[in-house]
Amino acid sequence: MSSHAEAAHHHGPPVANQSSRVDARVLGMLLFIASETMLFGSFFTAYFFVRVVNPGAPSSWPPHPYHFPVFVAGVNTAILVTSSFTMHWALQSIKRGNRPAFLAGMTLTFVMGLAFLLTQAVEYLHVGFNTSSGAFASVFFGLTGLHGAHVFVGLTLLGMVLVRGFRGHFSPEHHHGVELPGIYWHFVDVMWIVVYSTVYLL
Amino acid sequence: MESPFRSEAAAFRFLLLTIGAFALIVVAGLINTWLGVAVFLLLSGAAVWLYLRQRGERPPQQRVAHLSPPDEHRVLVIANETVGGQELIQEIGELALAGRTQFHVVCPALNSRLKTWTSDSDAAREAAQRRLDATIARLSQVGIEATGEVGDLDPLVAIEDAIRTYHPDEIVLSTHPLGKSNWLERGVVDAARERFDLPVTHVVVDLEAAGQAQQGE
Repeated sequence: MSSHAEAAHHHGPPVANQSSRVDARVLGMLLFIASETMLFGSFFTAYFFVRVVNPGAPSSWPPHPYHFPVFVAGVNTAILVTSSFTMHWALQSIKRGNRPAFLAGMTLTFVMGLAFLLTQAVEYLHVGFNTSSGAFASVFFGLTGLHGAHVFVGLTLLGMVLVRGFRGHFSPEHHHGVELPGIYWHFVDVMWIVVYSTVYLL
Repeated sequence: MESPFRSEAAAFRFLLLTIGAFALIVVAGLINTWLGVAVFLLLSGAAVWLYLRQRGERPPQQRVAHLSPPDEHRVLVIANETVGGQELIQEIGELALAGRTQFHVVCPALNSRLKTWTSDSDAAREAAQRRLDATIARLSQVGIEATGEVGDLDPLVAIEDAIRTYHPDEIVLSTHPLGKSNWLERGVVDAARERFDLPVTHVVVDLEAAGQAQQGE
């Protein structure tokens, strides 16, 4: 069909210019994660203000007599990091057509993500302070809660992949539906590394 | 360092780098707060430097899938103002005589940098569309059916876009002569040969000489 004929038969809005070296769906995930990074950035700004810039900043972190459960959070960090490895394994497996390994990897990733979230919920119950205990508690619950919400969203995406996987979806040629939640899951993991390092360890 | 958002594997590598970087920052920060800040700034600067340095390098050659039937030869024609030039039409005619050949003409929407930055590209796209329509009509007059589209203003990006949808077996790139061609100045032909795993034929169209010859007649 010539350009004239194409123009004559085309209805609706003009055809989008394709100029992009990144797949449109990956580009969408990129923009989404960029906006998420800005959201986390605003929370980190509040955190550093409370801890460093604020004239009434506590001399110790967390302020006396509170303590953060560093060990439990460390174990939780290990769980979350491991879940990224299993996520990577799952995607590599489906790319090679190894469906049992893909399903095993996705199941492990989902279970570890769920374990992280439940452990965080238990941690909140036993941490010994709440949001009314001061600004430090507010930024603690704000940052870790924001991250927890992202883990929940990630788990929802992983749950969908898991269900679709068990229903026979995805193949070495078609695995974009695994790739994108994988990118998101690694992003959630990267953010946790930053949160754990700055809030709990430093 | 590659963009961590391009693929899951890249995101996973970025995660591993983050773990390593923050382990260093935490250890330095526990020794001394300012040492931790210094390590953080140093690693951030190194990451940005590595990313920018890699961006400047040319991407590796792309393997292009040949999806056309065995007896069909697909030719992608990329041309700017030279799209209606006699030399290009002649080259297309010779290729058409060689066998069952399909042509897809892409006219990049040439635009100034300022207009590109301000997203003022409508006039450029309309001009490119007019050139394209005229060329396809001229090819049709000599019995060659071709499809076409307006492409990105960067000819390499326009080629890449067209490759994704058209899967050509050959590229014909038309430019002005050396000294008058912005594309040749930027090394577009050489870059296309390096980047794409396809034969690239370079056709030089001298519109000025053609115009003078017409005036002389």
